Amino acid sequence: MVQQDKPILLDVAGLSVSFASDRGLVQAVRDVSFRVHEGEILSIVGESGSGKSVTLLSLLGLHDRKATRVEGSVSFRGKPILDLPASQMRAIRGREIGLISQDPMTALTPVYTIGWQIAEQIRAHENISARAAHRRAIELLGEVGLSNPGEAVDRYPHQLSGGMRQRAVIAMALSCNPVLLVADEPTTALDVTVQAQVIDLLLRLRKDFGSAIILITHDMGVVAEVAEQVAVMYAGRIVERGRTEEIFSAPLHPYTWGLMASIPPLTGPRLTKLRSIPGMPPTPETVPDGCGFAPRCAFARPICAERPPLQKVGGQAALCVIDDAERPALRRAALPQEELA
Amino acid sequence: MFFAILQRLGQMLFVMFGISALVFLIFFATPGSDPAARLAGRNASQETVEAIRKEFGFDRPLPVQYVVMMKRLFVTQDLTSFVNRGYRIVPAVVAAAPVTISLVAGAAILWIVGGIFVGVIAALTRDTLIDRGLMALALIGVSMPVYWLGEVMNLISQSRFHDTWMFSWVPALGYKPLMEDPVGWFKTLVIPWFTLAALYIGIYGRVLRANLVEAYQEDFIRTARAKGLSPARVMVRHALRTSLIPFVTMFGLDFGVLVGGAALLTEVVFGLNGVGRLTYQALLNLDLPMILGTVMYASFFVVVANALVDVVYVLIDPRVRGN
Amino acid sequence: MTDITEAIRVHAPAVSSRPSSGPWRRAWHILKRDRATLLAAAVFVLIILSTLAAPLYARYVSGTDPFRSNLSARIMVDGKRVKVMQASTEGLGLGVTPIGPTWGPQYLLGADTQGRDVAARLLYGGRNSLLIAASATVICLCLAALVGISAGFFGGWVDKILSRILDILWAFPVYLLAISLSIVLISQGIVIGPIEIGSDSLLLPIFIIGIIYVPYVARPLRGRVLSLKQSEFVLAARGLGIPAWRILLHDILPNVSTMLIVFVPLMMGLNIITESSLSFLSIGVQAPDASWGTIIQDGQTLLYTRPVVALAPGIAIVLTVLSLNVLGDSLRDALDPRTKLV
Repeated sequence: MVQQDKPILLDVAGLSVSFASDRGLVQAVRDVSFRVHEGEILSIVGESGSGKSVTLLSLLGLHDRKATRVEGSVSFRGKPILDLPASQMRAIRGREIGLISQDPMTALTPVYTIGWQIAEQIRAHENISARAAHRRAIELLGEVGLSNPGEAVDRYPHQLSGGMRQRAVIAMALSCNPVLLVADEPTTALDVTVQAQVIDLLLRLRKDFGSAIILITHDMGVVAEVAEQVAVMYAGRIVERGRTEEIFSAPLHPYTWGLMASIPPLTGPRLTKLRSIPGMPPTPETVPDGCGFAPRCAFARPICAERPPLQKVGGQAALCVIDDAERPALRRAALPQEELA
Repeated sequence: MFFAILQRLGQMLFVMFGISALVFLIFFATPGSDPAARLAGRNASQETVEAIRKEFGFDRPLPVQYVVMMKRLFVTQDLTSFVNRGYRIVPAVVAAAPVTISLVAGAAILWIVGGIFVGVIAALTRDTLIDRGLMALALIGVSMPVYWLGEVMNLISQSRFHDTWMFSWVPALGYKPLMEDPVGWFKTLVIPWFTLAALYIGIYGRVLRANLVEAYQEDFIRTARAKGLSPARVMVRHALRTSLIPFVTMFGLDFGVLVGGAALLTEVVFGLNGVGRLTYQALLNLDLPMILGTVMYASFFVVVANALVDVVYVLIDPRVRGN
Repeated sequence: MTDITEAIRVHAPAVSSRPSSGPWRRAWHILKRDRATLLAAAVFVLIILSTLAAPLYARYVSGTDPFRSNLSARIMVDGKRVKVMQASTEGLGLGVTPIGPTWGPQYLLGADTQGRDVAARLLYGGRNSLLIAASATVICLCLAALVGISAGFFGGWVDKILSRILDILWAFPVYLLAISLSIVLISQGIVIGPIEIGSDSLLLPIFIIGIIYVPYVARPLRGRVLSLKQSEFVLAARGLGIPAWRILLHDILPNVSTMLIVFVPLMMGLNIITESSLSFLSIGVQAPDASWGTIIQDGQTLLYTRPVVALAPGIAIVLTVLSLNVLGDSLRDALDPRTKLV
């Protein structure tokens, strides 16, 4: 798997998003950069409020233009898209980039059948007849594993279960064969058993359709299972990124250690108490100027009040002062069971 | 299904009975109120009052009076006015209804179009000067007494500016039947339509804007935008379509009440002899048979409008359709 | 977009379930900075103050009795003595027309058909309009709170009976109820046991307007109480075995009170319009007392000759109701964005 050889699909560089609030301009995303190659799965991990969703929405142009300021650059297939006129951006949205929302219960307009909604998207981008679009909707619903697509196509959202709705949402996102799928916590609102099915579905579809996927999640288990690249976000910044194997075998940032420590081990003796990161994540207004994680970090030191340096190990990078010499010992302290080996 | 319709009919009858009984009680059982004395006039002698009491049957028990009146209203349909004994109730109401329906239907079209226009434009231009201006106008519309607005309109169109090109076409106050004089019908009603609609454009525009702004926070609007739909399509097919559902309930109630006679202030100001004015005059004369007639008519429309709202609901909101 | 707003909402202080100064103080801070709200409040206070000053105006400025016919009076205008009721120059030239606006201290806005000073009557009428509307608002909200909260909180047969009654009243066109009650009560007054209320008493319109809108407030209140009863913190309190009256007092009431407060200006505006409509139909405030509605009615016959008589009280109504509605809107946004008035 040498993804780097594939062409770059999406290149986000120095993206910052701030929005107006009653207490002035608040930065929700700070200087975020990442790349997605064709056919690759990138996972963005972080707690709620870390800026993951804001990042995605603003690069899709779905933010509230009046209240939000977006800086930095985003190129899609080598073309900068942040300043595209609305009509050209619309041609990309839905056709080349598909969005899968977090909550399938609210992501579909309640008054139309799912077939109508899928056909609407197809017809917005392709000049085909209503009947052909309807047929395509049935096919798509079959692809995403609905057992009786011919019947489901005429169902209203409220007549379907959560898992079926999420499949319908995925079918809709796929309807124009997008090269990039953006999935915003696609499994959070689902039952555990259905979660696994939806993840499997995404993996299979990636194989069949060849779309790259940006998967936003806070579930490290899902990340380990599907992602090739991982970006860990905390307080509006990407604090660590790299290939999944690297991140899971040798995480660099103390926040990533905290996330790892909070995964219950599958083997070995049962832990009496799962580790958790002390404290609460900061709100966008209270993020300190230096390292955002410093107030909760067990290894914080005075220098953390300044902007942390970017440390690189191979393809992996992290924003932290802890250097290569000191890191292994601290990591052992943070991840004592050392299931990583 | 059959049971549901039956239940619905039962509910309608119950509400109509409740309303008529309530009006009946207000007039006959209010402490200190004596219908015979009221009919006899202010300085009538005791004998006259007693004679009237006997003649109109006010000495019989209340339930009997109620049943007799309802029977004459619905079964024999020969109920006559207390004030003018030769004046039959049912034909009087039937004659007044077209005036009220003409007034309310025209105003309703205006206020639906106007309300949607104001709501959509304000929601699209949220927090700009246009939005603020429209909302200020809507609030003024809501804050104006309708009869006063009617007088101002009369002052402008009948007197002060009547001789200018703008209002020289406005005919004198009154109603012209649609079948006999369609142009006259239209001309006499234009100003009343706008007057009656002003309040409702204000209410509906404000409610719709709030609903649309709320709808734009919904996930499904984000989905619609992520699908690459045009802003117009997102607004009309997704946001407006879902926001119109509560709109329908409001419209059903308002329309029913107005056709039932609540437009009486507009009718009084513009000299339109509709059901509202009929009711009002009957009330002033304490003409109980006429009052009961118009009240039954009013409650009928209210109840029917409610039932229609339920039907329309099933049509426009798949969520209330049975699975 | 949701996520951006969510991010803002995360740190917005949540409306607490316990009585505290939190939501009130926060609302105060928001209201204090809103210019439209301040302007509306200023207009409303100014209107109240000027109606309170009505006797002073009648006594020291206009020097006329606004409640007595003044058909033969003469006043000084621009150094000339003129009749209040002038020989008509318009129409057929028959009869008399009251004097128009003098824009001086006496008969500032002219006279009505009885030769009374419209400006002074406007102030006195405003007193009645505001007094009736305010008292009716208090009655309406108290009754609605009683009905809505007990129906919502106690449920069972209490709720069934109250809801049925509300259903009928809801289907009963408000205007019809108001007019029926007004005609019966105002033509004869009302006698309940030892209490006798005369037909010209202000208590009658207050009482009538106070009860007709009860269903409109009680229904949303009941809905709110029902949803509060199902909310986590009430369920938790019940789980802890806290007695019902304490839950009602500590958990339900504080949450409903913001809604009630929001209803105050909105209902008062509605009541002013209702009162004026009844008075316009001559079944509200009775002569010789005035209210804005009765003055508009007085002005109806003078509409084309002396339009000020009908215009001035109408403008007063619009200004008052508008300022109340603006206040209601801002209060709702600041205190209780969920409240909706039908």
